Amino acid sequence: MRILGIETSCDETGVAIFDTKQGLLGHQLYSQVELHAKYGGVVPELASRDHIRKLIPLIKSLLIESQTQANEIDGIAYTAGPGLIGALLVGTAVGRSLAWAWQVPAIGVHHMEGHLLASMLEKPAPSFPFLALLVSGGHTQLVHVEALGKYKILGESVDDAAGEAFDKTAKLLDLGYPGGPAIARLAEQGNPNRFHFPRPMTRQQGLNFSFSGLKTSVLTTWRAQVEKNEQTRADIARAFQDAVIDTLIIKCRRALKQTGLKSLVIAGGVGANQSLRAGLSALAKTMAINVYYPRPIFCTDNGAMIAYAGSLRLAAGESEPLAFSARPRWSLETI
Amino acid sequence: MKILAFDTSTEACSCALYRDGKIEDRFVIAPRKHATLILTMVDELLSEAGLTITQLDLLAFGRGPGNFTGLRIACGVAQGIAFGADIPVAPISSLATLAQEAAQNKNVLAIIDARMAEIYSGLYIIDNQGIMRCSGSEMLCVPNNITIPNAGQWFGVGTGWATYGDQLSKRLGERLQNYQTDKYPQARAMMPLALTAFKEGQIVSAENALPVYLRNKVVN
Repeated sequence: MRILGIETSCDETGVAIFDTKQGLLGHQLYSQVELHAKYGGVVPELASRDHIRKLIPLIKSLLIESQTQANEIDGIAYTAGPGLIGALLVGTAVGRSLAWAWQVPAIGVHHMEGHLLASMLEKPAPSFPFLALLVSGGHTQLVHVEALGKYKILGESVDDAAGEAFDKTAKLLDLGYPGGPAIARLAEQGNPNRFHFPRPMTRQQGLNFSFSGLKTSVLTTWRAQVEKNEQTRADIARAFQDAVIDTLIIKCRRALKQTGLKSLVIAGGVGANQSLRAGLSALAKTMAINVYYPRPIFCTDNGAMIAYAGSLRLAAGESEPLAFSARPRWSLETI
Repeated sequence: MKILAFDTSTEACSCALYRDGKIEDRFVIAPRKHATLILTMVDELLSEAGLTITQLDLLAFGRGPGNFTGLRIACGVAQGIAFGADIPVAPISSLATLAQEAAQNKNVLAIIDARMAEIYSGLYIIDNQGIMRCSGSEMLCVPNNITIPNAGQWFGVGTGWATYGDQLSKRLGERLQNYQTDKYPQARAMMPLALTAFKEGQIVSAENALPVYLRNKVVN
């Protein structure tokens, strides 16, 4: 079975073709990051306008890249939510109509399910059940993944997502948007011992996160500095990144102990952070468990994860009627 | 000649099928329901006619101006079908469609409420084939800045007249003949325009079928 996947939930237009026998045949991505950079964040209307210009050209070059004829596509999967409603509607409208024209089944995929399963595109791939750490600009969640569609959120951020904290901290330090990669680069030059920021909610029970206080600590520290030079910036970036990563690792360890799960899967944009990967790999070693990551380009939004998740859903006999819809708010536990 | 047309640029959602002179259509007022309705409506029209998508010669969609999300729903559906079945597309103005619905008049001033105290407007004059042709260009402005025609009697049509009827009447004075507020773009009225677009080569491929928003300042 050969599935076309379409992702348009935020500021990346992503498409891919996944074949259940041959694996991933191709993927294409158009990032709008530059379009939104000057506004310091994603402008929803601009995102929608760009998606509708880019989607068909991307699908065209994808078909060529993956040497696939239109009549070889057996189904279409598109992100139906959560995300920006206008952006989602572009992918759902094009995807559902194209499936109708090709007379193949279509399926609306939960964006976070795509992320949860993204590492299954890699080798070795994890198998169910596993613990997933979902860390992106919109989410910070620990999810017990029992099987396809059986997800239990064990803990999540009560305020800012980890990626959001990276972006906001980068803004405070004038590092531009998006902030994650900028902080990570700068942190490499930072002294780990000059500043220390709290590891929020690690002393209390439970698996929830809170990252909004961290940016206040950064702000107070930055303002108190007499010399606001590059080194101070780097030292703060380092202390900030260490605080976020430590917090994530502490909660992962706790969740692994609590559930007894032997596999840890990382997903979401922050999952591309090399220091986080190193920290989690070290944790996996001490706990004698396996840890799995998608390749960095599949940590952020992409069509491959949607094609993959869609292939599983379609294989399970699910499909969406001609009445397509976008669900901007959609809990992972209700799918 | 077989044409499938649809429009979701306003509160209305409509589609129509043209088969060698005969038109079948569907029309509902359904704000924020366009995504769940449009493909089902289109599918019904085709099955009742016993037609498949590949038998169509042309697609026409309401390219705007109008509700941004609505424009992209129609546009996305047009792109998907056109790309999937390799059919050319005629992007049709929602203002021209409104004017075409009032084609018993010679001169029509089509206006759609653009929210934020502005209107989308266009002046249309009927040609000798009964086709409404835009005179000048479609524009976005506050009601008091609307272009006043130099001559003739003009008939107003569209939701903009419901919101700004008094204001517009005052500004247009004796140029205004009368107006009708409860009119929405209807796919049925797109057919003469689509046929003309096809004849005149005003057609595009799937990836070039794009909305015309008119309002391009969307960030402060």
